[in-house]
This record gives sequence, C-alpha cells and structure tokens, in this order.
Amino acid sequence: MSPRPGFVLDVDSSTPSTLFWHGERFSLETLPEGSRVIYAPEPMDPLSDPQAAIRHALTHPEGDRDPLPALLFQGMRLTIAFDDISLPLPPMERPDIRQLVIEQVLDLAADAGVDDVELIVALALHRRMTEPELRHALGDRIYDAFAPNGLLTQHDAEDPDNLIHLGTTDHGEDVEINKRAAESDLLVYVNINLVAMDGGHKSVATGLASYKSLRHHHNPATMRKSRSFMDQHKSELHTANWRMGRLIRDAGVKVFQIETTLNTDTFPDAFKFLQKREWEWKAKDRLAFLGASKALDRVPARYARQIFHSVKAPHRMTSVQAGEVEAVHAITTANVWEQQGVVVEGQTDILTMGLPYISPYNVNSILNPILVACLGLGYFFNLYRGKPLVREGGVLIMTHPTPWEFNPVHHPSYIDFFEQVLSETTDANVMSEQYEHGFATDPWYIHLYRTGHAYHGVHPFYMWYWCAHALEHLGGVIIVGGDPKAVHRLGFRAASTLADALEMAKDLVGPSPTLTHLHTPPILMADVQ
Amino acid sequence: MKALVVERNVPRFAAARVASILGSGRGAGIGPLQLLDAVAPDRPGDDWFPLRPLLSGICGSDLATLDGRTSRYFEDLVSFPFVPGHEVVGVLDEGGTDHAGRPLAPGARAVIEPVLGCATRNIRPVCERCGSGHTGLCGNLTSGALSPGLQTGFCTDTGGGWSTAPLMAHASQLHAVPDALADEDAVLVEPTACAVHAALSAQVSDGDLVAVVGAGTLGLTTVAALSGLVRPHAPCTIVVGAKHARQRQLASSLGADQVVPPDQLARAVRRAARSRVLGGRLTEGADVVFDCVGSTASITESLSLVRARGCVVLVGMPGKVTLDLAPLWHRELTLVGAYAYGNETAPTPGAPDRRSFELAIDLVGTAALGRLVSARYPLERYEEALAHAGAAGRRGAVKVAFDLRNPKGRTR
Repeated sequence: MSPRPGFVLDVDSSTPSTLFWHGERFSLETLPEGSRVIYAPEPMDPLSDPQAAIRHALTHPEGDRDPLPALLFQGMRLTIAFDDISLPLPPMERPDIRQLVIEQVLDLAADAGVDDVELIVALALHRRMTEPELRHALGDRIYDAFAPNGLLTQHDAEDPDNLIHLGTTDHGEDVEINKRAAESDLLVYVNINLVAMDGGHKSVATGLASYKSLRHHHNPATMRKSRSFMDQHKSELHTANWRMGRLIRDAGVKVFQIETTLNTDTFPDAFKFLQKREWEWKAKDRLAFLGASKALDRVPARYARQIFHSVKAPHRMTSVQAGEVEAVHAITTANVWEQQGVVVEGQTDILTMGLPYISPYNVNSILNPILVACLGLGYFFNLYRGKPLVREGGVLIMTHPTPWEFNPVHHPSYIDFFEQVLSETTDANVMSEQYEHGFATDPWYIHLYRTGHAYHGVHPFYMWYWCAHALEHLGGVIIVGGDPKAVHRLGFRAASTLADALEMAKDLVGPSPTLTHLHTPPILMADVQ
Repeated sequence: MKALVVERNVPRFAAARVASILGSGRGAGIGPLQLLDAVAPDRPGDDWFPLRPLLSGICGSDLATLDGRTSRYFEDLVSFPFVPGHEVVGVLDEGGTDHAGRPLAPGARAVIEPVLGCATRNIRPVCERCGSGHTGLCGNLTSGALSPGLQTGFCTDTGGGWSTAPLMAHASQLHAVPDALADEDAVLVEPTACAVHAALSAQVSDGDLVAVVGAGTLGLTTVAALSGLVRPHAPCTIVVGAKHARQRQLASSLGADQVVPPDQLARAVRRAARSRVLGGRLTEGADVVFDCVGSTASITESLSLVRARGCVVLVGMPGKVTLDLAPLWHRELTLVGAYAYGNETAPTPGAPDRRSFELAIDLVGTAALGRLVSARYPLERYEEALAHAGAAGRRGAVKVAFDLRNPKGRTR
C-alpha cells in the first residue's frame, strides 16, 4: 500500500485533542471547531537497495557531467566535502547516508589509483563537529583512515591561509571559499537534502565559504526577499548563491554534486505516536504518549534534553542523484516536495505550531531563546510555497518553554547577543549596522570558532535575520509556556496557555479568527494555493 | 531639639553587628545609636559658624559604622559621643564666611566639606597635604584644637547632620549653595564630590574603556562625574554593572554607554575590550575600573575586569577584605584609593585648579542629581530610615536622607 499524502484536517466536535510539541515535552490541546490541522505525508517507501542506487547515481550522472569513474585519475587531487551536524534532524540511525555515499566514492577513487584525497566538513560558520559526531556521520572506517593523518578537516571560514578569493559576482559579491576544495581537480559534495532549501549551489557557495563571502546573502535585505527559503525561484538567498555557484564553476572549480533525499520516518518505535494522526492512535500509542509525557514531566529539563538528543531517526533514503549541480538539484527538489508537500487552500489568521527540542543549530545542545525564534519564525514559518500559511498581519503562536539558557561552549556569542543586542533592539537592520561587525570580528569568538566547538560570532545575527521575513509579515508573535523574561527579550508576547494566547491574538486579528495548526515534525511543506 | 547620637557602647555595637546579619541598618534600634535631646555644640572658635541642617544623607560609611562593620582602622579617628551625618545641607542662621573668605549672609544655605583637617584644628602651619588643598589626606586628624575625628559627623566637638540642633562648621568647610539648587540637589554634593575626586584622579585617557562596579549613590555619581567632567575632554566608553532596575535606568540617564546586571558585567567588558578569556578571566579588559562597592567580591571582580597595567580605583569604602593578589602582581595592576576630596587639576590645560566640592556643586545642578534622593524621613523614624537605606537598591531607592526642615518634627 502506498503511503498516504499529507492531509488537512478540519477540526469538529469529534476531533480528538491535537499533539503540540513543547520543547522536550508535549501536550494535547483542544483546538476550536473550524480550525485546520496540517499533517505531513506518511513516509515514502525507501530505496530498496541504497548501495545500488548510489552506485547507479555515481555512474549515471545528471546534466553535463561525466560519470564519476571517468573523472578520477591517478595523481589527481580529490576533495570530498559533506554536510555537517546540522543535517539531518534528528541525526539518523547508523549508517548515516554520508557514510554510505562517501564509502562508494572512496572505493571508486581507490580503483582509479587516486591517493591525494581529503575530506572536509562543510560547516560554513557552524560549530566544529566532535569526534563521536564525525564517527557517526562517516563511520569508523573512514574516520580512522583519514582523521589521524590530518586528511579529515573541518572548514575554517577564518583561516586566511586556506581560503581563496575566486572573484566578485556582477552584484559585487565576494566569492571566497576553501582553498583546498577550490584547487582540487575534483570537488565531490555529499548532501543530505532534508528540506528543499538544502543543496544546489548553496552547498559549496555557503558551506565552504568565508564570512566575507557569506555576509553578501546572510543579511536582513536578502532574508526579507526570500519568500520562501523553500522556493528556490522566489528566494533571494538562493539567487545570490546561484550567482556565486556559477562564478565558482566559471572559475574552474569542478564540482560533482551528490544529493540525497529522506523519507519522513522521523521517530523510533518508542516515539512513533509523534508522527501519527491522533484519531488513528491505538492503545499502544496512547500508552506510549502517557508514559512518555509523565516520565518527561518528572525529570529535570536537562535529562529530558539528553533523552531526546539520544534519539536517532529511522530516516531512510528515498533518492540519490549525482552530477552537475543544477541538474541534480532540480530532481532533488522535486523529490523533496513529493515527500513533504501538502496542498493547503488559503491562508489563516492564526498559525499555531509546537516547537520541538531540536533545530539545525542545537544538535546535542540547548535550544536557546534565539534558536527558538529562528526555529519558529525562520524555519517553520518558511515551510511554504506560494504564500505564507498565515496572512499578512496575522499571528503566530508557538509553544515552547524558551528557557533563558545557553550552551556556553556552542553558543558563546549568542549569550552576548541576547544580553547586549536584543536588550537594545530587535530590528534586524539596526543590529546589522550597529553590532554585526563587532561580533563578526571579535577575536575571542573567532578563536572559539576555530579551535573549540563554537558557532561563529556572527551566527546569532544570522538566526535573527532568518526571522526577518516573518517578523515583517506578522502582526504578532506569542509564545505559550515560555519564560516570560526571555520571551519579552525576543520582543514577543508570553501566554500561559493556548487558550490565553488565542484570546490575546484576537486583539490583533479580530474576534472570529481562522486558525491553522502546523503539525510538525515530521517535516512538511505547505503548498499554499 | 533632637539628635541621633552614637555612644561608645561595646555591647550595643555587638548587638548591631548581629542584627545586621538580617540586613544593613536593621540593628538601629538595639545598636549604639540613640535619639536624644540636643543642643548646639560649643563654638570652637570665631571662625566657626552654626549650621542648622535641612537635609542630611545616610551614607554607606554611616551604615557600616552603625552595623559595627567598619574597619578597626578608623577606631582612633573618631571621638565619642558623636552625631553622625556628614552629607549635609543646612542654613546659616547667623551667617558666616565660606572657604574662600567670602561672606555668607544670615539665612544663606551652605554645604559642608566635612574633612576636619589642619585649618579646622587651628594647626599652624598646616601640613603639606592641607597646604596643597588635599585636606582629605591630612595627617593631623587626631591633633590640634578638636577631638579626634576624620570628618564632621565622626567628631564629638562639631556635631553632625543627623540633628535638628545646629552643627558647628569651620569657615574652611563652608560652600554656599546657589539658589538654583534644591535642598535635594545640595545634599548630594558631598558624595558627588567624592565621585568627582575619584573620576578626575584616575586620569582616564581618550578612548579608554571604563567600568563602574556598583550603582548605588557613589556608583551613579561616579558615572555622572565621568560623563560630565571627564568625557568632554577624554572621550571614553562607560560600562556599568548595576544590580537593580532603577539603578540601571539612572545609570543610563546619567550617561553610561552600557548598563548591565552584575553577572553580565564581565561579558560586557570583554566585548567592549575585544578580549579573550583565559581560565575564566579576561586577557584584556577595562583601562580603569571604579569599584563603588568596596567588598571582597567587588574588588576581586574589579581586578578581574581591568587590563594589564590598568587601574582599579576604590571609591566605595572597603573594610577588611580577602583578596588573591596574584593578578595584581602578574598583570602589574594599580589598586588605588580615592577618599574624599581636594583640589582637582582642571582637565582643560591652563584652567585653574578647583575644589572637588566646587565641581560637585556645578555637577549636581547640570546632572540633576537631586533625583537620586528617593526617600526622606524625620529623625524620629530613624529605625525605618536606616533600614530603608540599608536596603535602598532592593527597594528601588538610591539616597535616603533625614529631613530636618519640618518644625513640627523638630520639636516633637
């Protein structure tokens, strides 16, 4: 039986309560009659033989690109770059897709006699991965073969000795990327395309770029003009990356792009109820919900966090394609939409969403208030094509505890951003002009980014810019169950219950608003008609 | 007439010290302070004038004395019994002469520069420090015609501000209060003069990063002095650690560039200095740190915030503290006290030196520092007043003062 597509439920008197994520916890909420709930499509069937599919993709490339074996030769410099810890979410059960793909690329390279091979984590301005995280992504065999010899490195956007300026686009954008990658005879990039935003020219032009290069598209103006990030053709972020990607290509960097898609099988058996539709819950699901809820309510937040961050997703690969960047990405994007797309008729006055414990930037870490804002306003709000799910001037209600809590190892500049910048302004333009340069060039942040496991000093600004489109579009943002002080620092309103939040929202959208709930994760993308 | 009088009574000091565990000023009722009938002290000489207090502030050093927490260093620098109160604005019912020999008409208001140096003690010639205008550094505080006492308010012969009876002020102590200043402004002149002295003695340079630890009266007046007197000649960045919301509002309005809660001060200084962090301490830091608290914790923090070869100025009165001086030694720091007032070298080249008090009188007007007076109490409610002063920050207050202007209150 083929998986069922996404579904928009109209809530009536017989509709059971709806599951809302609340960080490391969840609750059942009763939505007003007439509300809509958007459910993700069920997981597509995975590739029956992923190894064979990968081999086929490498030998039957898309677009104007020779098969990978034909591009490999003795004496060449081969660099394999791959996505970092931010993908997929949650991290997938072993073996990770990156391991499966890179093992085959290495086998082909060995067959061709290539002995100058380096692996680079394309982390842009993200934190460096730890050894356990790298072992999980690559497998022990690859890690042990490359890491001890210094052949597995993490991209350093602040290393002047290992960056190369390839030129400037016709829009004046500096294109500066990893020198080893740029000067290789072949750059193989291994993607995990969790959402439509991932991949394409963004892989190299962002993942292997310097701050000098990234700042041209990670800024408030670009983010506001990206409607949405999931719709490449209406995303200024992507337009800029495509300009840069083509410059990289024209500068002679030969990229062999490998992109993979996943199904929406997000949670292991113990938490399977989280991806089911509530009215289809069986006794086992209800028991699992009750057990998990009670247990999580009783443990301190940090233990609940540990429990969830130990969860590995049973994602399975639904497609793999390789070859020329743009040709590959067109197929990938279609595959992502096939798995995640849900047609939704019309916008809503109020959009509700339960925010989970994880975002791309807090794997094995804390979802601090800035990341709460980014997850809701930057990511979930942008899970659309066509029009935003919520109308202009509408209200976004998110449920999350939003603790005033930060991981000082991973997010040191976030602490300062929250204390200094957000206490002065929530205006992305103002903070960009007054504060970004200071944070981006702060030698302490740069030191921690380069030698520790810290996000770059400028990263919290990017998280806020990521929210710029939503902040411009919305009439108000309410967080249910959040730390009021932290919520107010974000410039949002705090509510104790969903019912209170709905009453507060009526001040902005009128007494009889329409309401839509985005039931995610699993990830879905709304095709708003 | 009434006055609050401190007697030498060891059991009462001990009781006050125990009670202060519950909070500064909480031991007023069982401590060495008593409300007694009072008369004006005898006039020590012809150049002394009776000054009837109008407002008299409660200082942190007063509270420390009444709590029995003052360093034993000061034991020989007071004489019992004494009437506290050295932050005083009063009226010269019989007129007088000011510090520069100018006549003051009967009914004129004046503030006193309370240090009891050589001139007040009729010591001639005056010591070198007094001769150069730095009366705060006078070495004759226990000699001459007066009983020991470092200031009015700690000397048995002069009286003090916590009284409806006049105190005795020497001409060298008197500064006329301009008509434009309210009594509330004037009562802030003395602590502001301390801040002026601290701010100007630190030799802040153009482009310096300055941190102020603590935002009580001394912290806030230090911010005002830095903004009003230092920054016009040496543009600097002022970062303040302030515990309470009202303090943060005031520090910002007085010119601080950034005001943060105390637990965020180190990060704010780190950002401003673009410092790294090494084992929990900064590799760079503020050029000058003003410690306006004077505790072990605040001095330790101040030493951690300052850059190598930087300067920590102790503005708040410290007591016995325990410090790790390794950073002071290793980073060649300067730890310097800033007590009271004196002659200040004008920041503008060629301009004449001025008394700290003269600069403070100007500053309280331009910065409207009278707004720091948050509560006024009659003497009879001294227990409440002291408890309020002891918890000023927490209760949204800055300066608590005795209001001695109400005739009904005076006669009660």
